[in-house]
Amino acid sequence: MRRLPWRAAKLTGIRQETATARTLVFTIPGWPGHLAGQHVDVRLTAPDGYSTERSYSVAAPERGDRVELTVELVEDGEVSPYLLEVLEVGDEVEIRGPVGGWFVWRPERATPVLLVGGGSGVVPLMAMIRARRAAGSSAPFRLIYSVREPDQRFYLDELADPQPGLDITYIFTRKTPDGWDRAPGRITAADLDGVSPGTDSYVCGPTGFVEAAADHLIALGHAPDRIRTERFGPTGG
Amino acid sequence: MSIDYLDGNALAGPLGEIFAVEVTTAVGTCAGCGAAGPVASLHVYGPEPGLVARCPSCEEVVLRLVRTPDAVWLDMRGAISLRIPMPEPRT
Repeated sequence: MRRLPWRAAKLTGIRQETATARTLVFTIPGWPGHLAGQHVDVRLTAPDGYSTERSYSVAAPERGDRVELTVELVEDGEVSPYLLEVLEVGDEVEIRGPVGGWFVWRPERATPVLLVGGGSGVVPLMAMIRARRAAGSSAPFRLIYSVREPDQRFYLDELADPQPGLDITYIFTRKTPDGWDRAPGRITAADLDGVSPGTDSYVCGPTGFVEAAADHLIALGHAPDRIRTERFGPTGG
Repeated sequence: MSIDYLDGNALAGPLGEIFAVEVTTAVGTCAGCGAAGPVASLHVYGPEPGLVARCPSCEEVVLRLVRTPDAVWLDMRGAISLRIPMPEPRT
């Protein structure tokens, strides 16, 4: 194993996910592969030498030298506006990774899985869902995905396509679709009830969301060491 | 402490720059309270002026990492030990 180098990454495709988020498909020659749930660091360098970097979760499982990131626009951000509004197909950035060996799901594991995502925290969870399908895994998966409003959901068409053994529940915190049973509001213990404590849980989202969801799971009897968390800070962008 | 923190997953890239093994899965033991857990579960503040990782149990500083143009400073005085998983030797 060697220390992580920065690699040239060429943007080869763009998919619009919501009004403010896009999936960026990069081709990275020499990419060593990655596990579902891992992230990468993206570095931008200005002509005067100033550089800045941000971490983004990979949205899809390993597939040759192809790496997909879903990036949400952060108003006043430094990196995301460039990636979403300036970078064009054929342009290059630098990417280092994959990094993180903790918040990962391995397809050989058959244990039931609970995925709890808040906002763009769904991205590494989607990589796990896609890895499960790609591997033909029959591990039972349950996704609980919290967003402010219905049109802020990523991957809506793909998640609407039923996959055996994958159960999906949406939580809307500000506005629901018409006729929705659950009143808008933040995640509660009731949203997570009924999941066997023998489940492996992955919780990803803003820090407050992750704290709340993990606390609810522990209160419901889940062992802390079966709950893996990844927090997005306020300093992203 | 403020709730505006990341977690030890955010250390994976910066530590990957200096270590040849994946350190966020290593189990660290806090010098403040003795709690043990993966580096990935630490509460991380930063990134400027440097990354400060605190124990999720007692919030004492476990690890600090500062990148300068020509060096990395790694201060681990808050960690009694790091247990780094290694593959078993082939027989």
